[in-house]
Amino acid sequence: MAPGGSLAWQIPALGQILTADSAGDEVFFPTRAQYVEVATVLREAGFATCSDLCAVDYLTHLGRKLPDGVAPERFEVVVNLLSLAPARRVRLRVMVPEHDPVCPTLFFVYPGTENMEREAYDLMGIRFDGHPDPSRILMPQDWEGHPLRRDYGVGRVPVQFKGAPGPR
Amino acid sequence: MTSDHVDGVIGDAPVTAALTGDPELARLVAKTDEGSQELAPADATSRVKLAIEQGGVLRVPESNALDPDAADATFGAGETMILNVGPQHPSTHGVLRMMVELQGETILRSKPVIGYLHTGMEKMGEELTYVQGATNVTRMDYLSPLHNELVFSLAVEKLLGVDIPPRATWIRMLMCELNRISSHVMWTASNGLDLASTTMMIFGLRERDLVLTFFEKVTGLRMNHNYIRPGGVAADLPDGWEDDVEAIVDTVGARLTDYDNLLTGQPIFRERTEGVGVVPADLLIALSATGPLLRAAGVAWDLRRAMPYLAYDDVDFDVIVGSAGDCFDRYAVRLNEVRESIRIVRQILEKMPSGDYRAQDKKVTPPPRARIDESMEALIHHFKIFTRGIEPPEGEVYVAVESPRGELGCYLVSDGSNHPMRMHIRAPSFVNLQSVPALLRGGLIADMVAVLSSVDPVLGDVDR
Repeated sequence: MAPGGSLAWQIPALGQILTADSAGDEVFFPTRAQYVEVATVLREAGFATCSDLCAVDYLTHLGRKLPDGVAPERFEVVVNLLSLAPARRVRLRVMVPEHDPVCPTLFFVYPGTENMEREAYDLMGIRFDGHPDPSRILMPQDWEGHPLRRDYGVGRVPVQFKGAPGPR
Repeated sequence: MTSDHVDGVIGDAPVTAALTGDPELARLVAKTDEGSQELAPADATSRVKLAIEQGGVLRVPESNALDPDAADATFGAGETMILNVGPQHPSTHGVLRMMVELQGETILRSKPVIGYLHTGMEKMGEELTYVQGATNVTRMDYLSPLHNELVFSLAVEKLLGVDIPPRATWIRMLMCELNRISSHVMWTASNGLDLASTTMMIFGLRERDLVLTFFEKVTGLRMNHNYIRPGGVAADLPDGWEDDVEAIVDTVGARLTDYDNLLTGQPIFRERTEGVGVVPADLLIALSATGPLLRAAGVAWDLRRAMPYLAYDDVDFDVIVGSAGDCFDRYAVRLNEVRESIRIVRQILEKMPSGDYRAQDKKVTPPPRARIDESMEALIHHFKIFTRGIEPPEGEVYVAVESPRGELGCYLVSDGSNHPMRMHIRAPSFVNLQSVPALLRGGLIADMVAVLSSVDPVLGDVDR
């Protein structure tokens, strides 16, 4: 645990959020409804920067270890927040179900998540509700599918160059 | 506004629409069109998006990160032009494409369009074993490959819970600091070239080559080393490495004076960089910017100091910060970071411990070559490591190091098998690129080159 004790003890508003210790890092498991509010509370508590946001597809590993009360879903949005003073990190893991891969955007709390959410949408197909620029970012605009999903095969699509004539 | 959230539905193509008068031109444009990833005309852009492209986040208080009403939708009615720069453009440091809206020479808004170097390395990382993983990540940020290997190895080691012998830690630190020197002098070279100093380019490449030659001697390769691996490093330092390293730091240290003489006091260079691309620190923090970009704005945030990894709390160095946060400060911060890295390297030369250069854990590192000839078990371990690989316990970790460009993070999810279930790299260039619209706002088109250069995006790192 980071110096200063658990955040859940320090910030009463986080008392309801399920938490766990992952290899020494403090992890919170807010639901999609709690997610933006928890991030806002943490930002007010000094976590000024969102250092990373990515999505994970647990299709092949649904039975992962989770604290009691967190129902496993196929997707997770993982957010790493950073406090500059004191230097400290905290991680949020949000369950996102397969049938409704939508997550509220964090853009209005942390504007630095803009590109990261676009990347998560592009590569994992998780839509960020309210994101100002919900376009693909790395893949071509007309690409079909989301390559980082576990059911998106490697080598399934031949190397493509736009406008190049197809194979003979 | 169109939304292209539904798969298969392509976003609007504003540029193509404007060119329908000429079918041949429209056909050519359609071939390279990126739809809604591009900069659309102002009247077809939502207010929030407009605010981002204008760097609007910079003008609101920290507590209210973005106020869409702050966006100025009335600017430059009629007399503006959307200019496309890149992806094939020498000053974009690779295949970065910038779209800027200009009024005369003034930049009203801008948007980086990326993805031209996307090679799916995160996907590839899920297919490779942990032993092979370092060969993949080292190709991401090709100017600081050793930091990529380091962050991946640290993440795997955190999953495994193995301890690394002190010598391996110090060798890693030595190589990473030398890599920081080579990356920063390479940046100084390309920044000089962008601002029309060809001499600086030759100087920088010359000094970088000294470091690369040493890397070649140690790792066998000048780039993409696969030297730092889970469990330690690939090989011990060669005999006489102290003399080589001393020669490098002496030479580079002395030649930094040449850089100062050439650029630091030069009126043309100062005119082009001072007061250009200024953004307040709280905005950069909100935009998740890290590295020299953030430090130049006066925030003393360096992971080596704030969250020490390797043995950085055993060496003495200063965190360099700027005051004005302009292009010149970013130059000065990098130049002085080279000096600090030289200082660290000199301390490593004195303090380098002896011992193993990798952990002696049969499940993680291969046995010494000589043991394979005499021991059946060693042969089996060797075989198992290179066929089956390492199998860390289930879990997820996030590890970050200070690369020359900022916070380089690795989020690794293990399902207990021999390859990662998810490997995500938090690329500093990718994240720092978000600050570019804010840095460019209100500037001149000629300064765009200086600003882009000062952010130091490495496109391999941006697109991965």
